[in-house]
Amino acid sequence: MDTVITISSGFFILVGCFLCFSGGVGLLRFPDFYTRMHAVGVTDTLGAGMILIGLMFISSDILVFAKLVMILLLTLLIGPTTSHVLAKAAYHNGLMPKALNKLKKNNDKEANSSTL
Amino acid sequence: MKDLFAVIMLSGIYGLLSASFFVAMDAVDVAFTEAAVGAGISTLLMLVVITMTGRKEKPTRHKPISALFVVIITGGLLIYGTLDMPYFGAADAPIHNHTSPRYINDSMQEIGIPNIVTSVLASYRAFDTFGEVVVIFTAGIGVLAMLSVARRKEDEDDEIASINDSMHQQHLVIRIVAKMLIPFILLFALYVQFHGDFGPGGGFQAGVIFAAAIILYAMLFGLATARRVINQTFIQLIAAIGVLLYGCVGLVSLMNGGNFFDYNVLSSDPIAGQHLGILIIEWGVGCTVASVMVIIFFNFAGRRQFQSLKKQTKHTESSK
Amino acid sequence: MIVGLFNDWVVVVLMMIGLYIVIAHGNLVKKLIGLSIFQTSVFIFYISMAKVDGGTAPILADGVTQYSNPLPHVLILTAIVVGIATTALGLSLVVRIKEAYSSIEEENIQKQDNKALKQSAMEQQA
Repeated sequence: MDTVITISSGFFILVGCFLCFSGGVGLLRFPDFYTRMHAVGVTDTLGAGMILIGLMFISSDILVFAKLVMILLLTLLIGPTTSHVLAKAAYHNGLMPKALNKLKKNNDKEANSSTL
Repeated sequence: MKDLFAVIMLSGIYGLLSASFFVAMDAVDVAFTEAAVGAGISTLLMLVVITMTGRKEKPTRHKPISALFVVIITGGLLIYGTLDMPYFGAADAPIHNHTSPRYINDSMQEIGIPNIVTSVLASYRAFDTFGEVVVIFTAGIGVLAMLSVARRKEDEDDEIASINDSMHQQHLVIRIVAKMLIPFILLFALYVQFHGDFGPGGGFQAGVIFAAAIILYAMLFGLATARRVINQTFIQLIAAIGVLLYGCVGLVSLMNGGNFFDYNVLSSDPIAGQHLGILIIEWGVGCTVASVMVIIFFNFAGRRQFQSLKKQTKHTESSK
Repeated sequence: MIVGLFNDWVVVVLMMIGLYIVIAHGNLVKKLIGLSIFQTSVFIFYISMAKVDGGTAPILADGVTQYSNPLPHVLILTAIVVGIATTALGLSLVVRIKEAYSSIEEENIQKQDNKALKQSAMEQQA
């Protein structure tokens, strides 16, 4: 039983670490604000959740377990909300995704070339 | 960096980082306070201010070499001064030998609560803390004197109606999440308040967290709505009552034949007296800190509203 | 080992940054941020002094013999809250200055003051 618990907790923590790490890579490598925020917003919520679940498996105390559950609920609630608010604020302030800008530029070019 | 918004965001991150640094240095109570104040309230206040004063810094023309010169000389002198300091973490440093052994060894017998920081804050150095609370109270009064504006009732009603109308179009997600979270934040603040004897926490932290919850509400639902929930006159009264409560504990202990803030005489059993005294004092501190923070935020936000209102009326007059 | 003093050096560097911002920048909000960095450097100085090797947080528990020094924690705990209250007071001054001078750059304010002084001096002469 002990080995099962240890292995599963290790598995969850490893998956969580991988997700957080990939979120970090995405933050650095993606081209514009929205894709970056997507990378971090999605992976960090899940990654933190996974790490917390992994820690729940090895928590010795019912009190520690309860605290971890509360932190998990809090992250699940707050993580997506903050990403939503960030994206909304960026959109309201007129920041356009890079891909959209490119598309627009191409369209303009085509329009220009067709008129020429 | 010329964009003040980015500067303020960075200073918020710096506050959070220094909070985690304080945890690493075993100062959990301090970290608690710094996380709530440095990353939360101070960032918010600065943001409110730059919405009023403008976001961009004007580039300066003069060269900062003289400033750099002064700073480097000061830094060099300070580093020269550190050469006589005890090394980091040394247990025989002078500050560990003077009064703190008594706090660490005897506070359990004398005060009877596990958190040494709380017993030093509220009992051994209660007079000191009283001064700090008075300073906070005075700062609150100062902000009030500087920024308070007279409000008209009709404007408020209009504003509440307009905000409630827009409720379902704007900020829907964040409003609902905040509605779910605010009760828990308030509950957590009360937990911090009353659990401060046993774990990290106490009146200062609880007050700041409580105020943060109310400020969150005011930001999402509009100032007028928040003012309806928490009356400004009422909260000013609470701020004064907190300080009064603190001072009265000292006076009562004086009348019972002890020194000022000597809680031993508050009850027949000295330990019970200490517990009672610390409880009441933390309560007073919490009340004052929370209400002063709320007063400060309300006044800044109210000033902002007042300015934009003035601009609007000017605009309509000029267009007429 | 002289490296044992690194905490003090970190504090000195932070202090220099804060002081530089206060002296060299003209924007009043930025000056206040510099002042708060200066303040934090003092907090870090106190807290790092309180740390004892092998000590734990000063909350009495069974089986712990070495605690960090609680006294600086108390001083800084209150100083942080007092710091934000006084910063708020400074910010309110900035807001009023903006209303009076419609600028928060030190140079502009100085210029307007000098102009007003000159005018009043001329009026007195006349």
